[in-house]
Amino acid sequence: MQKHVATIAIFAGIILLVLCAQFHILDQYYISVLMFMGVNVILASSLNLVNGYMGEFSCGHGGFMCVGAYVSSICTVLMFSKNHILGAPLLPPQFAFIGFPLALVAGSAASSVAGLVVAIPSFKTRGDYLAIITLAANYIVISAINNMEIIGGPRGFMGMSATERAMQSMLDIPWVLIFVLLGTVFTVWLLRRFVSSTLGKGVPAICQDEIAAEIMSVDTNRMKLIAFMLSSGLAGLAGGLYAQVLGYVNPQSFDIMRSTEVMVMVYLGGMGSLSGAAIAAILYTVLMEALRFLDVWKWVVIPLLLILLMQFRPEGIMGNKELSDLFPKLRKYYSFK
Amino acid sequence: MITGGGPIPEVPARFVLRRGLARTHPRRKAVPRHAARKHHFKAKVPLVEIFQNILNALQFGSFYALIALGYTLVYGVLRLINFAHGDIFMVGAYLAYFVAVTLLGIGGLNLGLHMDPGLALAITVPVTMILTALVGVTLERTAYRPLRRKGADRLYVVITALMAGLVLENGNLALLGASRKRFPDMIDKVIWNLHGVTVTNLKVIVIVASILVFLLLQFIVTKTKIGMAMRGISYDKFAIPLMGIPLDTIIVVTFVLGSAMAGLAGILFAMSYPILEPYMGALIGWKAFIAAVVGGIGDIRGAIVGGFLLGFIEIGVVAVFPSTLRDLFAFSVLLIILWLRPTGIFGVAQTTKI
Amino acid sequence: MSLLEIKGLTRRFGGLIAVNDFNIELGERELVALIGPNGAGKTTVFNLISGFYQPSEGSIRLKGKDTKGLRPHQVTGLGVARTFQGIRLWSEMHVLDNIRIAQHYRLGYSLVDCFLRTKNYMLREKAIDDIAWELLEAMGLKDCAYELPRNLPYGVQRRVEIARAMSVKPSLLLLDEPAAGLNSADVEGLIKLVRWIHDTFPVTIWMIEHQMKVVMSLCSRIKVVDFGTTIADGNPEEIQKNHAVIKAYLGDDTI
Repeated sequence: MQKHVATIAIFAGIILLVLCAQFHILDQYYISVLMFMGVNVILASSLNLVNGYMGEFSCGHGGFMCVGAYVSSICTVLMFSKNHILGAPLLPPQFAFIGFPLALVAGSAASSVAGLVVAIPSFKTRGDYLAIITLAANYIVISAINNMEIIGGPRGFMGMSATERAMQSMLDIPWVLIFVLLGTVFTVWLLRRFVSSTLGKGVPAICQDEIAAEIMSVDTNRMKLIAFMLSSGLAGLAGGLYAQVLGYVNPQSFDIMRSTEVMVMVYLGGMGSLSGAAIAAILYTVLMEALRFLDVWKWVVIPLLLILLMQFRPEGIMGNKELSDLFPKLRKYYSFK
Repeated sequence: MITGGGPIPEVPARFVLRRGLARTHPRRKAVPRHAARKHHFKAKVPLVEIFQNILNALQFGSFYALIALGYTLVYGVLRLINFAHGDIFMVGAYLAYFVAVTLLGIGGLNLGLHMDPGLALAITVPVTMILTALVGVTLERTAYRPLRRKGADRLYVVITALMAGLVLENGNLALLGASRKRFPDMIDKVIWNLHGVTVTNLKVIVIVASILVFLLLQFIVTKTKIGMAMRGISYDKFAIPLMGIPLDTIIVVTFVLGSAMAGLAGILFAMSYPILEPYMGALIGWKAFIAAVVGGIGDIRGAIVGGFLLGFIEIGVVAVFPSTLRDLFAFSVLLIILWLRPTGIFGVAQTTKI
Repeated sequence: MSLLEIKGLTRRFGGLIAVNDFNIELGERELVALIGPNGAGKTTVFNLISGFYQPSEGSIRLKGKDTKGLRPHQVTGLGVARTFQGIRLWSEMHVLDNIRIAQHYRLGYSLVDCFLRTKNYMLREKAIDDIAWELLEAMGLKDCAYELPRNLPYGVQRRVEIARAMSVKPSLLLLDEPAAGLNSADVEGLIKLVRWIHDTFPVTIWMIEHQMKVVMSLCSRIKVVDFGTTIADGNPEEIQKNHAVIKAYLGDDTI
């Protein structure tokens, strides 16, 4: 019974939030902050796999998010909305609640294939050189999309809100919120299962001593492939959800600035801590909203805060510990490792 | 044929596609209509065009190289990617602007000065370099040094650098507002026309400056005592102080050199492209950094080669394709280079002994 | 068929010949030492066997199978485990995880199994756990299963490293200077441990060691190399009398 307490609590929380949204107990602003929170949790925890557990310095997460956002947006627009280039909707709106998750899967798959651009060179190189490869990959994705006029180029791509309308025409509940929350839970669940298995522990082994890992029978190339593709695929999921939340994407919103933001969340939370990444993502989203009144100064204050954090608590909020390490009582309900 | 300075060979009229040649040979033969319509087709370029592009590439590459030198110097000594360096370049350009307008008496501090532009430039250059160096050193002292003292992981320093860059960028934006600044003209533009290749004095200055800086730094790093200490630190940060070498002094010197070069690049850039804005350092900085890595980060020759290589790739792409494809091609080529040679052109793979 | 058969093994680094025409044949359950002055190329031989370097010339056959072109983890999968000169444990993971991870080659489940926690996954993980606990218990490391290696004394870290190597269930165990940096009490413990491993498991142990006490009390056969070349091969008594060996260690004039 105790084993299921956490699961039940999580799903009860989701239902509660959805009900709040449904009956307008929370206004639209809070709902959208909540959705960005979810997206950020996915981004931070997926990047944590590479930057935290594997100890690489990937600074191109925004690029993979971009691939996912565009691919899944194009899929949904193809299926459910009228677009002057892509034509009339291919499917009737009744299929939207199946079509949308499929589009998300397509986006994640595409971005995890894009992750190969980084994964394959990582076999031979690591550290700073790999960081540059991720950076270049980010730039390449952005400028490739900037040059694709058919999907709007630098002006961006829109029409995703038709999918939401299509889903709501079936049943009027906050679909996007539901998908964001489910996506978040799915991500954390998937990553937790991965990193807690002996297979997944090969990833921190590479971080701590790659040579020992390779010689003690860890197939490092395979582990790197899994880590990069999983991480970028989940970033693609985040991108797909983000695009649906906004109803509009443009390449500029996935540039180095975005990648930096995600890195900030990872290092704020603590490398190699899944709960740390999630907490940091939530905290960061709240902070961004709370400091909105600072206007331009927000982007001076937040980096300064992080500089101070690096000076006084460089290991981040959680270090490499999980919630259950800090509060052993939690272990009864949910073990993180 | 390429090296000769003689008359340019006769170019068939249908190759006369862009302004460079058209100006020197004012319609010697009437350009057929269909050729004029094919204006967008730039694949075949005449020799003059090539020279012009080489010159432009050298100029652009010089900026990249100057900034890449700063990255590479700090990296070579501290194994630290100083992500704030691009923004130090931006700060350099702004400092140059303020010094220049103050000296020229058209803004900035009202000191009642109305200097001759030439004299003003002669003062602006060293003053900007010193001020930028101060910014770099301040950054080192306030942000990096405490971390180093604590023996913090390299990664935390990198994050700090990244954040310091953001602070500089957005602090500038917050303090000075989003309006762009126009850098005043400091030198009279002289344009030489060499058989159709237009050469401005500014371009020559930029290229010569970058080469001189390279030679100077190469000399400092390879021939002087302080350079030897710098190289020593890069191998073993812990043994160097035990040998009686003042670690902090050497690191400060490194930052002074790197930042002063960024300041110089800032002035030259502002003179060439006189519109200043807070984010100007970000993209050019990232690109210069990539150039440094492609050259082999930590190696001064690598910075120069990488910088010029990037300049050539960019200008080459623009000469053939629409200019929006510039970044795409430039980064793809760099990515391929790193795929093939993971440690860059001059970089040496670190070997681990077990 | 012999367990390990090395023929004409040569490895050059640029102009330097680290290993020159090295030959050896090891059978089942042998206990052999490889000795020689510093820089003689001993560790290079181990690195070549474990696939970390590729030979310039010559062949390495494990149970009759040529290991040419195999990556280190594949060689380990064939039953070769090793320890390192400087201890190379995964320092941020506890001892138990260190021993679990070394069993990567026989995971036997896929990524999907891992996500879905299938029955196969559960069985395999349990098997891995059982082996790990068994080893920890047998090697007296049970109490520090949840300790981080860096918090353990040096001697214990050595034991953990050997336990990690044994979790591969190797048929060939390569020990690279297992006694380096140990005090005399620890050395006694190590000798006992190696003997116990040799008696308990069907494994051939091949060690590089400088401490003659360890070598002489454990090994039945000693191979001596200098400047990449084999200068002697035989049982301890023969080696102690061998002139080439004495010359290599002490120089010419002392005799």
